Amino acid sequence: MQVRVTVRLKPGVLDPQGKAVETALHTLGMADLSDVRQGKIFEFEVATASADEARRQAEQAAQALLANLVIEDFHVEVLGS
Amino acid sequence: MKAGVIVFPGSNCDRDVAVVLEAVTGSAPAMVWHGDHDLPELDLIVLPGGFSYGDYLRCGAMSAKSPIMREVVKAAEAGTAVLGICNGFQVLTEAGLLPGALMRNRDLNFICKDVWLRVEDCASRFTLGYEDEQRILVPIAHHDGNYYADDATLERLEGEGQVLFRYVDEQGEASKAANPNGSRNNIAGILNADGNVLGMMPHPERMAEAALGGTDGRVLFESLLDTLS
Repeated sequence: MQVRVTVRLKPGVLDPQGKAVETALHTLGMADLSDVRQGKIFEFEVATASADEARRQAEQAAQALLANLVIEDFHVEVLGS
Repeated sequence: MKAGVIVFPGSNCDRDVAVVLEAVTGSAPAMVWHGDHDLPELDLIVLPGGFSYGDYLRCGAMSAKSPIMREVVKAAEAGTAVLGICNGFQVLTEAGLLPGALMRNRDLNFICKDVWLRVEDCASRFTLGYEDEQRILVPIAHHDGNYYADDATLERLEGEGQVLFRYVDEQGEASKAANPNGSRNNIAGILNADGNVLGMMPHPERMAEAALGGTDGRVLFESLLDTLS
């Protein structure tokens, strides 16, 4: 089962990298873009035919390693087989 | 005092701190590889500075899951003194031994310079040799030293006297201008609640002999020697 985990900084946690990207976008003339936040995406296979089991294992991976829950939230999508 | 230094792939201050530990304690520390499953009997465990695992994923995240860290966590919980310097501080937060997280510096720069710190409490085993509110000069060298903790955690750290070092200006004031990396409350180093685990971004081992520019950092190791011997 293919899974995607998106890791983002929690709301309220400062994101200096997102800020720098935003400044660069403005320099390129994209003045309407704001509130840029930078995150990470992980995609992997889970060896199971069950979507629930794939989600459970992906959540376990996110909590154990992929995300630092002090500063980050995560979101799991099961993409199917 | 028997000290040990944990060596991760990408550590680069392990030998520096070993030199200081040998000079202060009179015996060479044990160098313990991150993949080992056993820790020798130690009074002090040092997690050195560097770029363990190339800072992949998050600084310190991979090291915090290495086999030896399970033993370090057990030893810390049993009361062994643990000192994490720079990358070592990042590993300690990722391993859950210290609260909060070290984020990318406010201005996104790698900063390598001497900074003034204020010793907030000289009653800890790490700071007995200093005077309260003493101002000391110690170098920093990091890209991710921007200490973050949520409001409740910050309040607890401040209330319980767990903030041990703060970035200050030459007058000893924790001003915004003296904050090199955006750390909340100018925090440079914190203790755990039990007082046996210290994480700090500045490098005391790089200011431990006159030839390096000063000895303010050496006092920390001498304090440990006095307490742990």
